[in-house]
Amino acid sequence: MTEAIIHTHAAADHFDAHHGPEKGFKRWLFTTNHKDIGTLYLLFSLVMLFIGGLMALVIRAELFEPGKVLIDPEFFNQMTTMHGLIMVFGVIMPAMAGLANWMIPLMIGAPDMALPRLNNWSFWLLPFAFCLLMSTLIMSGPAPDFGWTFYAPLSTTYGPKSTDFFIFSVHMMGASSIMAALNIVVTIFNMRAPGMTWGKLPLFVWSWLVTGFLLLAVMPVLAGCVTMMLMDRHFHTSFFNAAGGGDPLLFQHVFWFFGHPEVYILILPGFGIISEVVSTFSRKRLFGYKFMVAATVLIAFIGLIVWMHHMFTTGAPITAQLYFMYATMLVAIPTGIKIFNWLATLFKGSITFETPMLFALGFLVMFTIGGFSGVMLSLVPADYQYRDSYFVVAHFHYVLVSGSLFAIFAAIYYWLPKWTGRMYSERLGQIHFWLSVIGMNLAFLPMHFLGLAGMPRRIPDYPLQFTDFNQLCTIGAFIFGMAQLVFLYIILKECVSHTKPDVSNQVWEGAKGLEWTLPSPPPYHTFETAPIVP
Amino acid sequence: MHHRILRLILFFTSALFVLTAYAESELNMPVGGTILSEEIYKLHMAGFYVCCGIGVVVFGVLIYSLIRFRKSKGAQAAHFHEHLGVEIIWTTIPFLILVALAIPATIVLGHIHNTDKSALTLKITGYQWKWKYEYLDQGISFFSVLSTTQDQINNKAKKSEWYLLEVDHEAVVPINTKIKLLITADDVIHSWWVPALGVKQDAIPGYINENWIYVTKPGTYRGQCGELCGLNHGFMPIVVKAVPQAEFDQWVKNHHPGNSFTPLQPALNPLTGDALLALGKAQYEKNCVMCHQANGAGLPPSFPALKKSRIVTGAPDAAIAFVLSGVPGTAMQAFGEQLDDQNIAAIMTYIRSAWGNSDLVKQQKYSTVIQPKDVAKVRQGSKP
Ligand code: HEC
Ligand SMILES: [Cu+2]
Ligand SMILES: [Cu+2]
Repeated sequence: MTEAIIHTHAAADHFDAHHGPEKGFKRWLFTTNHKDIGTLYLLFSLVMLFIGGLMALVIRAELFEPGKVLIDPEFFNQMTTMHGLIMVFGVIMPAMAGLANWMIPLMIGAPDMALPRLNNWSFWLLPFAFCLLMSTLIMSGPAPDFGWTFYAPLSTTYGPKSTDFFIFSVHMMGASSIMAALNIVVTIFNMRAPGMTWGKLPLFVWSWLVTGFLLLAVMPVLAGCVTMMLMDRHFHTSFFNAAGGGDPLLFQHVFWFFGHPEVYILILPGFGIISEVVSTFSRKRLFGYKFMVAATVLIAFIGLIVWMHHMFTTGAPITAQLYFMYATMLVAIPTGIKIFNWLATLFKGSITFETPMLFALGFLVMFTIGGFSGVMLSLVPADYQYRDSYFVVAHFHYVLVSGSLFAIFAAIYYWLPKWTGRMYSERLGQIHFWLSVIGMNLAFLPMHFLGLAGMPRRIPDYPLQFTDFNQLCTIGAFIFGMAQLVFLYIILKECVSHTKPDVSNQVWEGAKGLEWTLPSPPPYHTFETAPIVP
Repeated sequence: MHHRILRLILFFTSALFVLTAYAESELNMPVGGTILSEEIYKLHMAGFYVCCGIGVVVFGVLIYSLIRFRKSKGAQAAHFHEHLGVEIIWTTIPFLILVALAIPATIVLGHIHNTDKSALTLKITGYQWKWKYEYLDQGISFFSVLSTTQDQINNKAKKSEWYLLEVDHEAVVPINTKIKLLITADDVIHSWWVPALGVKQDAIPGYINENWIYVTKPGTYRGQCGELCGLNHGFMPIVVKAVPQAEFDQWVKNHHPGNSFTPLQPALNPLTGDALLALGKAQYEKNCVMCHQANGAGLPPSFPALKKSRIVTGAPDAAIAFVLSGVPGTAMQAFGEQLDDQNIAAIMTYIRSAWGNSDLVKQQKYSTVIQPKDVAKVRQGSKP
């Protein structure tokens, strides 16, 4: 069965196999090539990283001192909302999808993604979705200002007019994600080269498979959520309106049923990346492959049934709180398995510290710290104090910035020489890493203390005793921002440079897998005849 | 190489010292002054120490591996890549640790939910952007609004010690008494959070959530709204004053039961235009400025301008009636329930005079000045 599908595909692809890419913008607009689409996703995510990052800096600048510094509360709320939405839906998810597009066919020995035209569409929805979303910033009246969690009734009865644009753009992002996930799952099931059995599948592919299923499970729920908002706003329903017999808590259930798995959607592909990188630069096979796969599946499964831990302070009955506390604590076990297996991979390896490895190690340390605060947050009574404070802000930035984002950096440095055929500047890479680590910890470590001392999140101004730590945070945020300019320089230099390829097929001494058997850079079409995996 | 490691250690220890220099800024969760806040604090510390313990092991192994197994030191990679035994060990040990944490958490949670045998019930309602306190047994009810001035927020005046953590009317509670809190909201979701009282409870329209406090240490406890509730989410603090029972009883006696906080209305005596204007400006800054702005221009389209507003500058009775009853389902609240006649009259006088509105009012041959008795009349008329 599998082979039959590969066959028909090879035949279909054969038609355009001999011409290279089209010239000019048409190449990018009409492309169905997984490498092109991967590049588009990654570039899009890079642009959004700087837009979302700039918003973060506006937020941090306003918080440099008590009192009004730069912007009024109205704009502040729009910034926190946009920053969150852009970083989650515009940076991390597209970057992971870009890596999947580039690497999954190369890693499983497939000529392309299974559904190339769908692939084109799922990417090209994104720029329009985000233009629509960001256009609300230049409309009269406030842009969405209710936080990226857009709780009702603040976003329904009390939402600004621009909320409808927000709803529509979330629909577009959702459609894009569903199509991308579908494509990835179908590709992994049907397009593996002969001999690429489930037991040999690289961990990056495994974790994207699991992520794909998560996306398919929860993105439609998000779509349902914003549709109910739309109905409440314009068609006189009362899903979330208490005055009309609806329930504001229903919103939170629906939102977090999507929202909690979403955080695993953001991190699981990262787990896959770290597994590849750690094993390569330890020159040692990944320890406990089967357990790593099982842990990934387990995390995803538990992730689907713990959403109410975001709602501990909403007055939930004690039985619900207890169940969700215990279930949430269980997540720590498969996550622990991951960390311990990475450690065991490093143990007795032959370790070198190239930039991808540095980011992977940074991930290992700081993601673990984020995991610790996660365990603390699962304890319901303590969560009463942490919830919606800066402690939570610190927690999710440790898992998303030094987790997902660092994993993406690791992946890019790891595979960039494969994509371009040229080695990036190791020195600049190291500078990028160290500045990021310093900036990141300076920005987010003090937030733990601020939260414990009682600073709520999403406030544009704060009492005097929070000043010192907030100033540290702001300085750290700006250092982190500067560090990304180094990254931008490295990437742009790779993109415009025309020097001859200077790396081997294998690129890294310890690298193993199908992608490293191809030339660097790989030709436009690869694996037109499926390789045989021994 | 050793020097580099030494330097790193030096760097981190000095970083630690810098951090302790910040010790005057609060670093940790407050132990607080209630039974629950202390229990929560202990649980928090238990969780923290457990994490530290695991951290030492994990980071210890990591650092050891990174130093010991460097290729530059000639390390050769071993070939092992699985071992069922260790996998079982690092699944079971964390599981046992988690069970050990879950037990105290479950016990404390049970305490939080036990609101029985309370001696006093305090109902708290969140509004955009103020809190309403109702002492159900004593019949006292009042609103509590931020008292930090706009000038302080806009850096035009020196910031007071409790900048953004001060209110006009504090909630007063007796110590050594179990007080049941009933928490709800009128418009959007808010969250009543006072760290040192160990309470954060969401205030949700349509729901009444319960929590309780038993304050053991007298003093003033401060907190802020804990759930994004719109424009002025950062400007609706909570101040609770815990006093001995006798003092609390005295406080109750001083306050007239009923809707309004002010002890016995200062009658409906007419005031001079200037007095009304001065009071009106102050009251406007407390009650209206967050939406309609100091210059009366509002933030359209969310919050309309009062400058040149037809309603404000039109017939006095209609204007008064509008402010008294608000617009249900919008952020414009029924201020008749929150302010007495004198304050409403003063605010009306102020908004009809300021920002050039007086010209429009006079063109229509109306008076800018509104007296408390005018408000009383409209209030009477609006009652069925
Ligand atoms: C929480 C925000 C908020 C506060 C505080 C507030 N208002 Fe309003 N106000 C509104 C909104 C929203 C409207 C528009 C209501 C509607 O949909 O018609 C409004 C409308 C008005 C209007 C009618 C303006 C027009 O021309 O349409 C007047 C007059 C007014 N408010 C007076 C006041 C006064 C006086 C105060 C202080 C005692 C006050 N408001 C406090 C939000 C607020
Ligand atoms: Cu979660
Ligand atoms: Cu709030």
